[in-house]
Amino acid sequence: MRIGTLKLSYAADEALLDTPVQWLWLAALAAALVLLPFVAGPYWVYLACLVAINVASATGLNILTGYTGLVSLGQAAFMGVGAYTVAVLEIRLGTPFALNLLAGGIVTALVGVIVGIPSLRVKGLYLAIATIAASMILHFVFAHWSLTGETRGLSLPPATIFGRALDEPRELYWVIVPVTALLVLGAANLFRTRVGRAFIAIRDRDISAEVLGIPLLRTKLTSFALSSFYAGIAGGLWAYFFRVVTPESFPLITSIFYLAAIIVGGMGTILGGILGAAFMTLVPEVLKLFVGLVAPFVSDALSLLAPIRTIVFGLLIVGFLIFEPQGLAEIWRRIRRFFHLWPFRT
Amino acid sequence: MDWLFLAEVSLAGLGAGALYALTGVAFVLIYKATRVVNLAIGEILMLGGYAFFGFAAGAGLPVWAAIPLTILVGALAGAVIERALIRPMLGESPISVFMVTVGLGSILVGLVELGFGADPLRLPEFLPNDPIFLGEAYLAPKVAYGFAAASVLIAIALAALRFSRAGVALRATAGDQGAAYSVGIDVGRVFSLAWVAACATAAGAGIVVGAIGGISPTMGVFGLSVLVVVIVGGLDSVAGALVGGLLIGLIEALAGAFLGGEFKLLATFGLLVLILMVRPYGLFGTHEIERL
Repeated sequence: MRIGTLKLSYAADEALLDTPVQWLWLAALAAALVLLPFVAGPYWVYLACLVAINVASATGLNILTGYTGLVSLGQAAFMGVGAYTVAVLEIRLGTPFALNLLAGGIVTALVGVIVGIPSLRVKGLYLAIATIAASMILHFVFAHWSLTGETRGLSLPPATIFGRALDEPRELYWVIVPVTALLVLGAANLFRTRVGRAFIAIRDRDISAEVLGIPLLRTKLTSFALSSFYAGIAGGLWAYFFRVVTPESFPLITSIFYLAAIIVGGMGTILGGILGAAFMTLVPEVLKLFVGLVAPFVSDALSLLAPIRTIVFGLLIVGFLIFEPQGLAEIWRRIRRFFHLWPFRT
Repeated sequence: MDWLFLAEVSLAGLGAGALYALTGVAFVLIYKATRVVNLAIGEILMLGGYAFFGFAAGAGLPVWAAIPLTILVGALAGAVIERALIRPMLGESPISVFMVTVGLGSILVGLVELGFGADPLRLPEFLPNDPIFLGEAYLAPKVAYGFAAASVLIAIALAALRFSRAGVALRATAGDQGAAYSVGIDVGRVFSLAWVAACATAAGAGIVVGAIGGISPTMGVFGLSVLVVVIVGGLDSVAGALVGGLLIGLIEALAGAFLGGEFKLLATFGLLVLILMVRPYGLFGTHEIERL
């Protein structure tokens, strides 16, 4: 319990941020995000963009898996749908890029609804496996459809806004980070609404939720649609960021990566999606730095990088599931609680 | 229609299917006893292939010594995995345990890459190489011996499950854990046993798979096809794993021969979606009724 947070209305109780201190921290974070491209080197801006894209996708998966309890291993394939939609629109029609992104999101949402249809009959692991099947089939479509450039993939021109080409991470940063911030804010607000609450009810016990009058199929499909919308937008941003989309860009391991990100971050919390995605994106970079440091002393250290990365990836999943199932978000909460209660309880 | 070609392709498919069935049995063994969906089964199979490579090519042991040693390594790996990773997850949601096995798969791939490098390797030749003809149909000798080896291993596993004391205990635990406890079965030990037996079986399958197609850190993808096999057959049915294995092997071979290699995965996963829509619990699986 925190001291001095007396609530007088439902609106206050439901508010996203309930203390001025939180506003202060958030303002500090926003300021840091605005300042970052001016002070950091290109490598860090590049990383920041990558983290932001992954945060958007992981937040989407968190809506589906963390809040609705439907495990999906198709997030990467959904991102692929978004990326391909954006690429095809950009190349074939040359429509403005904001429109492309939105279209990417919407097309992916539709695909997500189709993939979600089995979710009424099968759940749990069976659903996870159904989404693996869906991602295999999508992968096949990417690699064999002439519209998606078959196995060669597509390469697209830089996004242009007001006649200005955004071809540097430093410029794209101003698109990617605000879009991600909007998406995260949307997700946070979603769970203050009836639909979001219905998701949580389904996660906790879907039969009980149905008894309460929540239409199961429709709500589950809404969850799939929203989650894939996020994935589609993230995929669209990804396409503009890397400017080449191939069937190999979105393998099954990437889906596992996003699931791992929300497990490590903490399922069913907005903060978890952010922390997890940032953490899982940065760990390989830290490993790279570390290997770079020991490279002069160890022979062929660089060839060790890939296997060590794979091992650390697995260890993080296993370790968090066994020792910290609530993820980084729980660690964060524990730290906060310590400072709230200090010095009365240590 | 070339009937001879069809027969040859079907035979090759059944040969591959026997290996799917064998690995599927290993998978079902774990699922039956512990309700864990083990996505790392393909990686354990890979571990078996590499262990055999290590013993036969690395240490230069004769084949008759390398095979039991490999199976021993598999059994040992099963025991360690069960104790270290699966036991602490007892009572957690099935999804979490599933993700632990996904993480485990990643760790195993990394370890193997660290030890043996990322390039594909060939196992030393130990299967006879004379062509085999069934009637007029040619059958690759490796596939034929693979089929034979898989059949023998499956027969041993089934017999053990049916007649041995441990097998009866395992089936009792699968039927009802509480009842198994009350008649004096050490359920914890049955869990360990299931993992040991399944991982040993998977390692054995790994030798055969490696002998046919070579070994590489990515051969764990085999596990994805096995996943399809057991879903189609029913997660908790040994008979389902056998039928599903042969069926999937056959479908993969036919799709590969008549449509093209890239259609293999599409065909199997298409079948998977179909089965999930029509019979979510598989052809022979138990339909669990959910109660509040």
